[in-house]
Amino acid sequence: MSDLVLDLTVNGDRQRVLVRSNTTLLDLLRDQLGLTGTKAGCDIGDCGACTVRVDGEPRLSCITLAAEVDGRAVTTIEGIGGPELHPVQQAFHEHVAAQCGFCTPGFVVNLVALFEEHPDATDEQITEALGANICRCTGYTKILAAAQQARDAQKAPS
Amino acid sequence: MKLGERGGKIDGLPKITGSAVFTGDLSLPGMLHAAFHRSPHPHARIVSIDTSKALAVQGVHAVLTGADLPVNYGVIPVAQDEHALATEKVRFVGEEVACVAAVDRATAIAAARLVEVTYELLRPVLSIEDALDPEKPVLHDKRRKASNILRRVHQKYGDPDAGFERADVVIDAAYDYPGSTHVPLEPQTAVAIPDAQGRLELWSSTQIPHYLHRTVARVLELRPQDVRVRKPDVGAGYGGKSDPFANELCAAKLALVTGRPVRCVLDREEVFYAHRGRHRTKMTLSMGVTNDGEITAARFTADAEGGAYASYGVVTAYYFGVFLPLPYKLDHWQFTARRCYTNHPPCGPKRGHGAIQPRFALELHMNKLADAIGMDPAELRRRNSVEPDTETSNGLRITSVALNECLDAAMEASGYREKRGNLGPNRGIGIAASAYMCGALHSIYKNEMPQSAVQICADRSGLVRIFSGTADIGQGSNHMLAHLVSGELGIPAEDCPVLEADTHFTPVDLGSYSSRVTFFAGNAALNAARKLKEAITSSFDGDVRFEDGQVHVGQGDDLKSMPFRDAVIHAEGVHGTLGFVGHYTPPKIGSRFRRQSVGPSPAYSFTAQVAEVTVDPETGFVTIDRIWCAHDCGKAINPTIVEGQIEGSVYMGVGEALLEEHVFTGPKGHGGLHRNPSILEYKIPTIHDTPPIEAILIESNDPEGPHGAKEAGEGPQLATVPAIANAIHDACGIWLDAAPFTPDRVLRALERAERGRR
Repeated sequence: MSDLVLDLTVNGDRQRVLVRSNTTLLDLLRDQLGLTGTKAGCDIGDCGACTVRVDGEPRLSCITLAAEVDGRAVTTIEGIGGPELHPVQQAFHEHVAAQCGFCTPGFVVNLVALFEEHPDATDEQITEALGANICRCTGYTKILAAAQQARDAQKAPS
Repeated sequence: MKLGERGGKIDGLPKITGSAVFTGDLSLPGMLHAAFHRSPHPHARIVSIDTSKALAVQGVHAVLTGADLPVNYGVIPVAQDEHALATEKVRFVGEEVACVAAVDRATAIAAARLVEVTYELLRPVLSIEDALDPEKPVLHDKRRKASNILRRVHQKYGDPDAGFERADVVIDAAYDYPGSTHVPLEPQTAVAIPDAQGRLELWSSTQIPHYLHRTVARVLELRPQDVRVRKPDVGAGYGGKSDPFANELCAAKLALVTGRPVRCVLDREEVFYAHRGRHRTKMTLSMGVTNDGEITAARFTADAEGGAYASYGVVTAYYFGVFLPLPYKLDHWQFTARRCYTNHPPCGPKRGHGAIQPRFALELHMNKLADAIGMDPAELRRRNSVEPDTETSNGLRITSVALNECLDAAMEASGYREKRGNLGPNRGIGIAASAYMCGALHSIYKNEMPQSAVQICADRSGLVRIFSGTADIGQGSNHMLAHLVSGELGIPAEDCPVLEADTHFTPVDLGSYSSRVTFFAGNAALNAARKLKEAITSSFDGDVRFEDGQVHVGQGDDLKSMPFRDAVIHAEGVHGTLGFVGHYTPPKIGSRFRRQSVGPSPAYSFTAQVAEVTVDPETGFVTIDRIWCAHDCGKAINPTIVEGQIEGSVYMGVGEALLEEHVFTGPKGHGGLHRNPSILEYKIPTIHDTPPIEAILIESNDPEGPHGAKEAGEGPQLATVPAIANAIHDACGIWLDAAPFTPDRVLRALERAERGRR
């Protein structure tokens, strides 16, 4: 197992990191960069809690090697919103779409990515985008309501 | 925040921005990481353990075995059959045998594999039938009575024989409810921090900080004063984090042994071995009804497969009976429940603990009886529903009941009356009803102390601080406390921060289980808030009102208004420091039945549920089109949160109805092996599998609940599975007496029905 030096951008900050060749993106984010908002629920790509964006695309960081993101831009939950809440976060808060909150970063990251690409996403596109994210608390009902509100809020002329 | 006001939780934002801190997010200087060596055998005697190779690995600091943690424990005092690490025997595949602390997790895992254990294999006990077979080995062979039955409960009320005599129709059936597990997204995680004097701080993803505190002190033989248990944000539990776990006790012991902080987090597969989920239960039910729809008698048996240790299993056996008749009147009935030991991961309390299985049997039975006497199943339920301010045949004191309102609301919203039998081929609609407890009258360990206490403190900052031993695991109990206190004082909920679940600093609350928190801690919080309000009021002359962040003193021309903060400053000047404690002790309700100490609650929630389904007769695939759930929550303190509890409960029922089942290998070959210990293999509903869920709040204003509130976090799951089963019957005429309703099971039932018609 060798060590690798990677240059990447995380939430807008350029970083140079030293990782083992088998380090996952999830472990790099959580253990080395202290970005613990991204969660480890299964470590094998089954639950979606670890979803982050790599060059804008949602990726499961637990089954992505850190080496794969060399030279690329990673956005985690910490890089969304701030100082104002992102409309998706605002809607999640109002609808109490986060109960325990462990799956929430993955849902929020996925929805933010979806709405950037498809501001007019249909309900079907929303459920398609969230199909690989497990939430065990909400029955997805409030999550769907929050997603619809966030979509409609950004569509509405301000 | 006003009573009944909707909106986000006071502590909601960190979970949405990624700044919430869960136990696994804590990292400390010098922290070690722990990993387990687990048993590959379902049942074996440990002959010897050699840890030398593991200890020799570079980076390993300590290795524990059962000999290092010899004190037994268990959450229920009468059944303390657990050890943090196996001592003489292993009793299931995946049981913890040794625990390694190392500089990083990869090293700990690699070293744990090098622990060498010599076993003498024993024949495994892999089913209820095995457990009841006196020829099979006994798991806990040092128990006074050598038997694999942890607890047998038999109770009889009224005169069942006479009741059956009066019945016009009697139906017998057998039911089989599967074992299932919670799958909280956050795996069990603990971080233990020692200090130089041998004291210990333990952070854990627990639902029961108080019981964990007691257990850690007991097992590590420390004074309770020297153990501090803290619960940061928890990635849910659903009952799955209601026991003390090996990872907590081993992290604690390793921290004391090494003098360094230790983190012990389970991986997903290990969470399936920690389990404590639903007991697979085989039941028989016989029930009689008169032609005009009076349920006259019932006879019920339940045999539950409990896995290797007791956990809450004694309670499970009692609950099977207590929650059989409720929400109906039933004067003549009896039940026998046996909770068995088997060589599987231990079962325990999963959402709707002990009530899900009897509800499944009884609610299907209600529909069968209704069909037999030609009555609408909803009407049969309505005719038998328990009435407010009564006592049931088994001595439960019933206060508020809005079951019939729930039935009406669910039927109205769903169009049940028009749709039943009229939806066309392979489409159907079904109804079921239920009731659940709002906490237990009697605490797990016998004592006369309050079951919940809340301390509040107001000062010149304008904050009203709330200190509570409750454990918010995502259900919103912190918000509930702040909502109630702020509502009483007319101030924003954000001005009432909650410090919860820190056994050094928060007054005891027994934990988040048995749907007790809103009723118990809510009452304690109101009690404290009213004392503060009284102190502020009595510091002024004249009438005092609290609203919109202001305190109004006097009337008319003499009216003086000031910000709440100024009123606190005034009151503190008059009375001195403003700190108050509120507590809640359930009423002492005598029972005619001495044996009835497990199950009674100060109040009960009620639910009616309607499910609409489509069955594909070619594939056997069941699609749930929609579920309407009307729940008598007493009073919705924050309706958004209450709806969320209902939706989540129904969702978990949908999983148990269609997908979820713990499956193990049988006696041939390597028995007792979990066949689906991952989120991919153990099927749980995704957003695609989850139907639209319509939560309907019914408020019966319980006379003893905080502002009338009752539980909403478990009861709404009880009726989901039977409502779906009854809908499938309406769709295609088959009774599915075993869950989950997987395509193969549905197809087999359709084929049986087809053969029967020929």
